[in-house]
Amino acid sequence: MKMKWSLIFEISTALMLARFKQTAIAAVGVLFSITMFVALLGFMNGLNTMLDGLVLNRTPHIRFYNEIKPNPNQPIDQKGEFAGAWNVIRSIKPSTSRLAIHNASKIIQDLEEDPRVLGVSRKISSQVFFNVGTIDLTGLVNGIDVEKETQLFAFSDYVTAGNLEELVQNNTIILGKGLADRMLADIGDVVQVTTSQGNRIQLKVVGYYQSGLGDFDNANSFASITTVQKMLGEPPSFITDIQVKLKNLDLAPPMARELETIYEIDADDIQTVNAQFETGTQIRSLISYAVGITLLVVSGFGIYNILNMMIYEKLDTIAILKAIGFSGSDVNRIFITIALSIGLVGGTLGLLFGFLACLGIDQVPFETEALPTIKTFPVDYNPKYYLIGGIFSIITTYLAGYFPAKKASGVDPVDIIRGK
Amino acid sequence: MNQKAQSVLQAEDIDKYFFSPVKNQVLKKVSFTINRGEFVSVVGKSGCGKSTLLYILSTMDTDYQGKLHLDQELITGKPHDYLARIRNEKIGFVFQFHYLLNEFSVLENILIPGLKLGKYSREELEHRAMEKLKIFEMEEHALKKAYQLSGGQKQRVAIARALINDPLLIMGDEPTGNLDKKNSDIVFNKFKELAEEFNQTMLIVTHDPEFAAGTSRIIEMEDGRVIKS
Repeated sequence: MKMKWSLIFEISTALMLARFKQTAIAAVGVLFSITMFVALLGFMNGLNTMLDGLVLNRTPHIRFYNEIKPNPNQPIDQKGEFAGAWNVIRSIKPSTSRLAIHNASKIIQDLEEDPRVLGVSRKISSQVFFNVGTIDLTGLVNGIDVEKETQLFAFSDYVTAGNLEELVQNNTIILGKGLADRMLADIGDVVQVTTSQGNRIQLKVVGYYQSGLGDFDNANSFASITTVQKMLGEPPSFITDIQVKLKNLDLAPPMARELETIYEIDADDIQTVNAQFETGTQIRSLISYAVGITLLVVSGFGIYNILNMMIYEKLDTIAILKAIGFSGSDVNRIFITIALSIGLVGGTLGLLFGFLACLGIDQVPFETEALPTIKTFPVDYNPKYYLIGGIFSIITTYLAGYFPAKKASGVDPVDIIRGK
Repeated sequence: MNQKAQSVLQAEDIDKYFFSPVKNQVLKKVSFTINRGEFVSVVGKSGCGKSTLLYILSTMDTDYQGKLHLDQELITGKPHDYLARIRNEKIGFVFQFHYLLNEFSVLENILIPGLKLGKYSREELEHRAMEKLKIFEMEEHALKKAYQLSGGQKQRVAIARALINDPLLIMGDEPTGNLDKKNSDIVFNKFKELAEEFNQTMLIVTHDPEFAAGTSRIIEMEDGRVIKS
């Protein structure tokens, strides 16, 4: 059996060498399509990852907070005699419950011990006015745990100027780029902030923050948690948001629902908040797969044509092989081997060239105001695409070889030999 | 019994029809036996069915009625893969036009049926192939590509290839039909040598009376029947 295969390889090789040009063209077809497939998917997914990263990277997978809303359990509902009745109450006001998360340190401790959780970061969101001369600009100061925020949500990537470390000091602030431009605040300047309670505080600008989302950068700024607590006159236990990053993003919705009830707190998960990003990513991937696979199918037709032609030209050879004792299945194997060799060589080189193309794309400068962290086109080198490309090159060439090989195996040697 | 034990090929009432363009019986109850060591020629006018008969005997054409025994084994109705193995092992072919595989060297052409059979190692087969080439005085051409040879040389190599697996029977379809007088004499002499020196059983279809006259037995056909065997 081993001998037989080596003989089949030998014959296949000889047939391919005899028609080297055509064989090479078929292989180049596969090479081209695999190269395009890998480059396209690498580039597309690089872009996808980057665009998603714009929002998803710095969005917590689950965010816990207290929402200001009317108490769903109004006193009249608690009165037994009105239970089941249709109670109409007008002008309900939101309850005066605090924005602060009750018993936050215990919740954080719990979350940090949860094996599904990658990390937890505290945050305070505070509406403020930036006083610029006689004008007040509304804005948001986010009190963050600088170290955790950087580690979990790539905060440092978006600080485009200034020094992030200085944010740890009291009374320092990093301004959104749009906000800083409006206030004409340079790094080192001091800006005055008024809180909604009326407290005034002076903060030193130590950096600019640029997310790539203009609206966001026009309103947001960042300070350390202690700075914001002091600004608001709140104790060190005061926080308004707990941000959680999970090991597996897909667990976010069920976990949010689960923990919401346990901690009696509002919880948003990333999928619900950013559903549109998921959809966009999926559709872009789908399009690139469709284009890639179309390319492969087209090259498959190329192989089909070339093998058909080869079989037509080599009818004599097939007839002689059959006459000297090669069975139909041997002939079939010979042509399948040819098809697979074309696929294997073209596919392997295609993967290599695809990788090189990705390296090339990776070098193309791509600078835009909106994306401060991106200097060249983003490329995803995920081995998955190479694996899919490789497998598809083999499958399509096999299918392209299947029918011609079947035809060859059915050649009747008597017809050919007598026909002359 | 002794007679039967020596039979290499036995045809029993072979009928064959062509259906296109009209139904036409080309072989009518053809029966004969070929014994070991015989050098048989099949002669007859063009269109008498001798080539058709040869392809049935060769196991390549399976569309016939009647029974065919090769090496005392009934091979009628056997699957195609099995027949291919029998052709490889027991039958050597020499054709009129289709000599060699042009993609390969002379030596490789001879090796291929041997490699296919897989009975000997490649080194042994190469040695055997060279021996066969020596019989035909072609050993100095062993490494040439097949298409670099002349017609007569190709045919000699084709006979050498037919011999590589020490077949029970060599079949030829007008092996000298496409050769000039000189080459056809060379080829004929080689056949004769095989018959005399190696006692090789051979069945050759020919329309060359000179060739037929040199064989040990002539089967004459006319209009699909054997009229003299």
